[in-house]
Amino acid sequence: MRYRSLSAALLLGCSMTIAHAADGGLLATGGVTSIEGSAGGGIVPWAVLGSYAEDDEWGGTVTLSQASVDDFRLSVMGASLNYRNRVEFSLARQTFDLSSIGGELNQNIFGVKYRVAGDLIYGNLPQISAGIQYKENTRFGLPDAVGAQRDSDFDAYLAVSRAWLAGPFDRTWLVNATVRATRANQIGLLGFGGDKSDSHELVAELAAGVFLHRSLAVGMEYRQKPNNLNFADEDDWVSAFVAWFPTKSVSITGAFLDLGDIAGLESQQGYYLSLQAAF
Amino acid sequence: MKIAGLSLAALLLGALSFTAPAAQASSLYQDLGEQRGIELLMEEMLFNIADDRRIRHHFVETDMAHLHQMLSEQICELAGGPCVYSGEEMVESHTGLDISRGDFNALVEALQLAMDDNDIPVGVQNRLLALLAPMHHEIVNL
Ligand code: HEM
Repeated sequence: MRYRSLSAALLLGCSMTIAHAADGGLLATGGVTSIEGSAGGGIVPWAVLGSYAEDDEWGGTVTLSQASVDDFRLSVMGASLNYRNRVEFSLARQTFDLSSIGGELNQNIFGVKYRVAGDLIYGNLPQISAGIQYKENTRFGLPDAVGAQRDSDFDAYLAVSRAWLAGPFDRTWLVNATVRATRANQIGLLGFGGDKSDSHELVAELAAGVFLHRSLAVGMEYRQKPNNLNFADEDDWVSAFVAWFPTKSVSITGAFLDLGDIAGLESQQGYYLSLQAAF
Repeated sequence: MKIAGLSLAALLLGALSFTAPAAQASSLYQDLGEQRGIELLMEEMLFNIADDRRIRHHFVETDMAHLHQMLSEQICELAGGPCVYSGEEMVESHTGLDISRGDFNALVEALQLAMDDNDIPVGVQNRLLALLAPMHHEIVNL
């Protein structure tokens, strides 16, 4: 009896359709938006593609982020489009306030990420994506003065991501490893190449996290960096994050950042907050 | 003394079930509320599916009572319970249904909502999902 009404409901319901946002993917599988605009964690691009597009869907995201450390503040506006969970186009506009020195630096980043193979959750292969970020520094005066060789350049990366549905403690775990070829100084905010070294080098970027439940993840990221400029040593970055996905439309990420020395100012630590809307 | 020994045994058992899939599977059946719990869960999942515009069209011609029976048997057996699944192979029953990746995820969400409503803890939810995820290639895009 109950099943007859269920079948009736099915028949009725099928005659109604509505337009909706891309939602073929499972919650949180689009990750969040990294500071360079590509889907990832916060400071590392992952193999995941932004939004919840699957099959033949288009999806997209818009993001506002801010990182505040002792002597600097980075603000990012980002947007991305994802077609068929296969290719992601992204755009980020960064403003870097030199709070204690005075002035600001700007950079635009155009990204493309292509899912080469595999899947974050299903099948035997982890999700493997390749990406390119074209970066243009639009305030090159200061970078030029401290020894940067050019105001625009490409980064290229290969990322592998995999979730483990019932990992340790029966929680869902996610790991990501990224290898990037880059010669960006402080991700490009201080230009590209330097008086110490002027060629692309390979750096490693790692992330690992655990979902306490399916809408709340905590984890850490590590990002190795080149060291091209004589005027100041550049340190690797570390972050510890919390990401909350109340719905597929919104996510909020907070993090503690340890960015090491930046432009000669020591031990830059602080907080990161990022708000993403997905459609 | 006896109690300390008992809790040590419990700890050891806990550690074992952490690594031994067989031990974990049999307790998954219990953690899902055994046969009755699984039947209720599958019923609720089917109702969620019937509410889901993305996938309900797949089930219009389906005998839902039979599907409920088959799903309950299958999950019971998978979870290590005393049931024997009597239905068709996954590839057989899903071939030609044109089930997309998004459809599969929609069904997972229907199950997740049902598990939430049945107060099934996160860890137990994850263990069940981890048993179903490997069937993806036997169901999607066939
Ligand atoms: C892990 C996921 C899934 C499992 C474990 C599963 C399990 C089953 C089982 C046990 C049956 C009954 C087979 C029989 O009658 O002998 C069945 C049938 C069916 N399944 Fe699935 N299924 C899954 C995913 C899906 C998805 C994603 C869809 C579509 C959105 C779907 C649509 C159907 C339909 C329409 C039938 C009935 C076919 C008929 O009327 O004969 N299934 N499934």
